[in-house]
Amino acid sequence: MQKSRTTPLKAWYELFSSMRFAISLLTVLAIASAIGTVLKQGEPYSNYMFQFGPFWFKVFEALGLYDVYHAWWFLAILVFLVLSTGLCLYRNTPMMLREIKAYREHATESSLEHFAHRAQWQVRQAPEAVVEKLSAYLGAHGYRFKAADIGGDKLLAAKRGGYRRLGYIFTHGALIIICIGGLLDGNIPLKLAQVWGAKQPETRDVPVSQVGPASRLSADSLSFRGSVSVPEGKAADVVFINAGEGYYVQELPFAIRLKKFHIEHYPTGQPKSFVSDVEIIDKASGKAEPYSIAVNHPLIYKGVAIYQASFDDGGSRLALNGWNLLSSDVQSFPFKGVVKEAALLSNGDMAYTVEFNDFRLFNIESLGEPEQGMGDSLKGAMSAVRVMSSSKKVKNVGPSVRFTVRNNQGQAVEYHNYMQPIDLDGRAYFMSGMRGSPSEPFRYLRFPADDKGEIAGFMNLRAVLFDRGAYPEIARRFAARALPAQGVDPTLRARFLESTEKVLQLFGSGGYDGLARFIEKSVPAADQDKAAQAYLKVLENAAYEAYQISRERAKLPPLQPDDNALRFVRDSLNGVSDSFFYGSPVYFQLAGYVQVQASGFQLTRSPGRNIVYLGSALLVLGVFVMFYVRERRLWLLVKPGRGEVLLAMSSNRKTLDFEREFERHKQQLTELLKD
Amino acid sequence: MELTYGAKPPLFKTLNWFDWLYAALMLAGGGYALARYSQFMDGYEQGILVLTAVSLVAMGWRWKPVRGLTLAVAALSLFGTTQYQGDLARADQAFFLKYLFSSQSAIMWMSALFVMATVGYWIGLFARSEFTNKVSSAITWSAVAMGLVGLMVRWYESYLLGADIGHIPISNLYEVFVLFAIITALLYLFYEERYANRQMGAFALTVISASVAFLLWYAFDRQAHGIQPLVPALQSYWMKLHVPANFVGYGAFSLAAMVGVAYLLAEKGILASRLPSLEVLDDVMYKAIAIGFAFFTIATILGAVWAAEAWGSYWSWDPKETWALIVWLNYAAWLHLRLVKGLRGPMPAWWAVVGLLVTAFAFLGVNMFLSGLHSYGSL
Ligand code: HEM
Repeated sequence: MQKSRTTPLKAWYELFSSMRFAISLLTVLAIASAIGTVLKQGEPYSNYMFQFGPFWFKVFEALGLYDVYHAWWFLAILVFLVLSTGLCLYRNTPMMLREIKAYREHATESSLEHFAHRAQWQVRQAPEAVVEKLSAYLGAHGYRFKAADIGGDKLLAAKRGGYRRLGYIFTHGALIIICIGGLLDGNIPLKLAQVWGAKQPETRDVPVSQVGPASRLSADSLSFRGSVSVPEGKAADVVFINAGEGYYVQELPFAIRLKKFHIEHYPTGQPKSFVSDVEIIDKASGKAEPYSIAVNHPLIYKGVAIYQASFDDGGSRLALNGWNLLSSDVQSFPFKGVVKEAALLSNGDMAYTVEFNDFRLFNIESLGEPEQGMGDSLKGAMSAVRVMSSSKKVKNVGPSVRFTVRNNQGQAVEYHNYMQPIDLDGRAYFMSGMRGSPSEPFRYLRFPADDKGEIAGFMNLRAVLFDRGAYPEIARRFAARALPAQGVDPTLRARFLESTEKVLQLFGSGGYDGLARFIEKSVPAADQDKAAQAYLKVLENAAYEAYQISRERAKLPPLQPDDNALRFVRDSLNGVSDSFFYGSPVYFQLAGYVQVQASGFQLTRSPGRNIVYLGSALLVLGVFVMFYVRERRLWLLVKPGRGEVLLAMSSNRKTLDFEREFERHKQQLTELLKD
Repeated sequence: MELTYGAKPPLFKTLNWFDWLYAALMLAGGGYALARYSQFMDGYEQGILVLTAVSLVAMGWRWKPVRGLTLAVAALSLFGTTQYQGDLARADQAFFLKYLFSSQSAIMWMSALFVMATVGYWIGLFARSEFTNKVSSAITWSAVAMGLVGLMVRWYESYLLGADIGHIPISNLYEVFVLFAIITALLYLFYEERYANRQMGAFALTVISASVAFLLWYAFDRQAHGIQPLVPALQSYWMKLHVPANFVGYGAFSLAAMVGVAYLLAEKGILASRLPSLEVLDDVMYKAIAIGFAFFTIATILGAVWAAEAWGSYWSWDPKETWALIVWLNYAAWLHLRLVKGLRGPMPAWWAVVGLLVTAFAFLGVNMFLSGLHSYGSL
């Protein structure tokens, strides 16, 4: 075929609709997509800055690597793919539609001779009978054919599976349809408006009412995807759309009010369901209707789909009791807070702000058993069931609160306090985690629960241990128990009292560290270990007396000096000693709460979705047709003059199946044409 | 009439009494399940049940060994589940459960049988022993049966843990590895019969054994074989369609890659006299990629539909989604080169092998190295 003169336009057309270009595009698109999975997308810019340094940060930003899938070059690849597929379709479709209809009954004998798959027979039967037999044969094998006379010869032009070409049209048309649907949902108008400068994302953290019109999108936007968090009892009538470092406010044709958010758990502690009971208040009619929205069960209202996306605390109200850990106060003071808000705590000359970060009603912790060895695990592996019920020992340890205490120099320590005591090694403790920065894990202090499971016992004992006025009485009681009533040298007794008070003073001003520092300073190195042991013994005994005193002060009966009491005293001493490193003087215990949850919804209006689904259905249909409908053509030329029958066969896909089919026809026709 | 020489008679005329009995049993089983449990299922799930029964009939009619397999798996699974008598603890007490049909035991059997079959096929290949190959083939069928029984019984066990915990066992990495081994083996067995050729078994079973090795490591070392309840995002009937379709894709691509390896060896003259001809290898490779591509297309679309329902967007460029797209684009390019440009020879075979690396990354690598919404089954 003579090529027509190539104009530049024609050359581009050739390139874009060429197979080579399409394959290159597919490969490039695959590689480009991979980039976005390697680099975490959509993080705050400061993270990237930190990761790459200022120079590369700028370079990567210019390349759009922080949001690859919306970068101009990525969209350009997609556009080229659509263009290329479109041109390919445009180029091939007319020919293919013709192919579906055509029989190629104008093949000449000489053209048939050129086929790679061809066979020939000599027959003596009457030509009409042969033609009839062959027609029946073709029909029985599912071929449709057209007969033609070529100068006395009879040609049967047959074909099968012509609809394969429709597969091509479906598949490639589907791709275009899917891309169009996707682009429709890609919020094109907003992007254009942003390029023209008509719209601009809001970057300040201000109430919705103060967001200006340049960052507001009206309720009849063609498509959007945004999210909003709604606390229980409150309503929202806008969603927020992220845009780089800022956001847009998208107005809704309705308001969504959260009545209640529920979480259910499996016995193993994993979440079982997240459900929001909501009310949709239509802005046009003012009518309110109740619905419930759960994961995998979105609500579609007026073309806007509402999904359960996340949950959070929506401002739970907390009542706490505070103790000054390093003082001799027995009494706690009441304190109130609201999650996500800050409260002022002033303590004479020091002022703190307490920011309440989170409240959790359930804390399901796996109180792990020691790791199993390999020998056990083989057995374990044979029994899925046992493993599930034993190694994951989970327990709800009750509510907890996270808050940050900030002093007037801005130094902050974050705490994580559990409301109820938690069993550890068979004893119950009140746990309080602390950390200096969010990147650290919490380090937990333990305050032992008393015989009633309360924190009062510890707090009372602590108060006595910090009460210097009580030290002589403690020492006296200890001496009365430790020394015989008679026959002790009075100076020895006095020294005993003195050193007991000294130990209490040292501990009361610096915990174990205070004791250790004193020993290091005043005892020769060789005797330090012994001295430390002696001092600890004195301290524990003195603390035991202090505990009895604290019980008397609290009008409680005295306690038997059993193991239990001893462990309690020892744990309390550890707790008090650790308090010196607590970072702030106040310990808060959660005393009551009114939980208010917030539900995070994602709302979308995506008119392109059904288009994408339609395209997808076409795609599947097309792919199956292309793979499982084999197109082949077959010609039988009957030449009465020479008593010959000629077979030729072709397919646009040379596959093994085709080879086999040709061989089969050859054999069977040989049989058929035998006399 | 003799005029129809060699023409294929319509399917219905080829069916014998066993085909009809099989169909009747499948439909009766499905009908019974529907009648008894329909109040616990939503419309979609009932649809899936009916579809399953019908497609089992269709598969059995077109590929006869499926009938025996289905009936055997059904019988053994029913036997296994009745052995429990509603009490999970019997997994360690009842003889048949402890040693054969509790899900763990059955899956261990599957693993052992697959490894045996692999060894058998390699011996058969080197010794040119058709008998050994036939035995290996039978062992592979048994492995598939045991694996399926394992999954079925596991499904039942999950309900014994709690009515609200019960779910189809394709929800974590351990379970889908079993599924992967079964599906890859079935695809191989299909081509083994279609091409009347058992020499590719050594290669196909090698990739299955590799996945079995991973499965065992995962089970023993990571204690990952426990049945866990489903997090809310996975509680959807879509899982029943999306995951198996995906694994037909993964299995077929793996098979194609292994056949590609065989092709590359034979092309260099290694084992050439023992392996099928290059044309056959090439053809199997194409067929496997074609079926893989078709199912992978379906799986990705179903995934998108599910994502639309669970996360509110049918495509969010989550790493798992993105890698599915990469795999898909990769094989689309392969198909164009192979079919439209008519490329043959070692190049498509190499490409198929590299394709397995891409596929493996999409399957495992994403879970190991990248974080995203597809949170299940992190290593
Ligand atoms: C994402 C993009 C594309 C995908 C997923 C895709 C997919 C496919 C598939 C699966 C086949 C079937 C192969 C077979 O078994 O015959 C095919 C065939 C074909 N594709 Fe594409 N394709 C894409 C883009 C293109 C483009 C851009 C062109 C234009 C150059 C093109 C031209 C063709 C042609 C000519 C055939 C052969 C049709 C026939 O004769 O049966 N494709 N495509």
